[in-house]
Amino acid sequence: MKKIKFRKLKLTKKVFSFPYILFMLLFVVIPLVLILVNAFLDADNNLTLENFKDFFASDANIIVLGNSLLVGVITTMLCLILGYPVSYILSKMPSGKIIVLLYIIPMGVNFLIRTLATKAIFLAIGVELGMGTVVFGMVYNYLPFMILPLHTSLSSIDHSYIEAAQDLGADKATTFVKTILPLSVSGICSGITMVFIPTISTYAISQLLSNGKVFLFGDSIQLSFEQGLYGVGSIMSIVMLIFVLVSNLIMNTFNKDANLVRRSVW
Amino acid sequence: MVNKVKSFFEKFYLLIILAILYAPIVLIVIYSFSNSANFNFDQGFTFDGYRAIFDSDKSEGLWDAISNTLIIAAIASLFATLMGSFASIGIFNLKKRTRRIVENVNQFPIINSEIVMAVSLMVFFVTFAFPEGYLRLVIAHIAFCTPYVVLSVLPKLEKMDPSIYEAALDLGASPFKATCKVVIPYIAPSIGSGFVMAFIMSMDDFIITQINKGAATGINTLSTYIYSDARVQGLEPFWYPVFSIIFVIVLAAVLVLNLVRTKKDIKANARGKRL
Repeated sequence: MKKIKFRKLKLTKKVFSFPYILFMLLFVVIPLVLILVNAFLDADNNLTLENFKDFFASDANIIVLGNSLLVGVITTMLCLILGYPVSYILSKMPSGKIIVLLYIIPMGVNFLIRTLATKAIFLAIGVELGMGTVVFGMVYNYLPFMILPLHTSLSSIDHSYIEAAQDLGADKATTFVKTILPLSVSGICSGITMVFIPTISTYAISQLLSNGKVFLFGDSIQLSFEQGLYGVGSIMSIVMLIFVLVSNLIMNTFNKDANLVRRSVW
Repeated sequence: MVNKVKSFFEKFYLLIILAILYAPIVLIVIYSFSNSANFNFDQGFTFDGYRAIFDSDKSEGLWDAISNTLIIAAIASLFATLMGSFASIGIFNLKKRTRRIVENVNQFPIINSEIVMAVSLMVFFVTFAFPEGYLRLVIAHIAFCTPYVVLSVLPKLEKMDPSIYEAALDLGASPFKATCKVVIPYIAPSIGSGFVMAFIMSMDDFIITQINKGAATGINTLSTYIYSDARVQGLEPFWYPVFSIIFVIVLAAVLVLNLVRTKKDIKANARGKRL
């Protein structure tokens, strides 16, 4: 009799998760459902498809989206080109695991503070604020996000693979292209997502670094809601969500521990 | 010879990237002693900037913002840690399919873009007429902090040997007592690092706070106060010393956290050898 009672109690341990499940339902799931619902409502809460038309027919919105994707792609490419050698060189050094921390530490400082510091320097040396400074600021902000996963995957490569390639007669370039590069694809993929998604959805960085000249998707989401255009804003959020989900899907296919990488920042 | 040249270029490259990453930080710290905003030492070396932290017209707002940041971070991370730790024990005991769904929803605030999370919460708060101010902010912060606690505690539970818990039951402990006396002490370090992570995340947040603070309430955290002040007229000399102090605190915190981690690794290694 007693044993059965115990077992019942043991099963009910899952009750501990109910408050959090309820909390998530309320403050994570329902808000997202509300965004979905708002996409189909007009200002007077009537069902409508006008929002879609408003969003996709407006050149301004499409230009902003295109600009964001452009800035996102350029930033991600630059981060990859600049960050890969760093991670690669560090992965060959015995003390690389400690030195890589130096590249990660700036991430601990709030991005707003770093952005304002960069802007102050641009102004002081007389660089004209615009697209160039925005991209610089983005690369500066998100480079550590690229270096960290790249370093994790590069330094976990079993060195005997590289030796095997060399023993089989591959020169250095071939070894790199045929062995090291394919083995670091998981790092490249999580690095790309960790840079691309925040870049296209940043709010405030682009405005600060271009004096309002460059307007990105995150800014226009915020602006739509501030102006009370919940319908169009919701559509923009949904577009953003699709980017997030697709990139996460890609990341998961390549790297099962993607979120662990992100967490290990701290 | 070729190797030496190559090694030199490699080190040179590493240094250049490092220099770029740290240049803004170092320059801000240096010129925090100049009390000027255009990077010159026309006024000579001075501590006026640092004095201004306490007696300028921005000081009151700054201290308000700092205390708001700390209060919100403390409340949010406490709630997040409490709820997240218990939730982890619960999630661990859920059926496989339910567990996967819950874990996926738990991931969502982390993978989601901050701006979408921010506006979705804003729409929610407006739709259900939540009072503007601290309540909204604390709820929003708990919502994006708790997943980090769960992600910190859950793997530790998975590593735990179930026979330890069963041994406690066999020795006559009630399941509740066994949970309190065996499971919770075992996961305590992860709960601790979950709390630290939640606290840092909450302090570091800008976007979600900015969008949910409500314009009329006048509540500012450090990041939103900096934004509201520097957005229009750029970075005034006042902020250089403040940023410098933040840099020093962050650097020290990261170093301490990593030293603790390394120390733990060394201890773990030593223990492994003794066995």
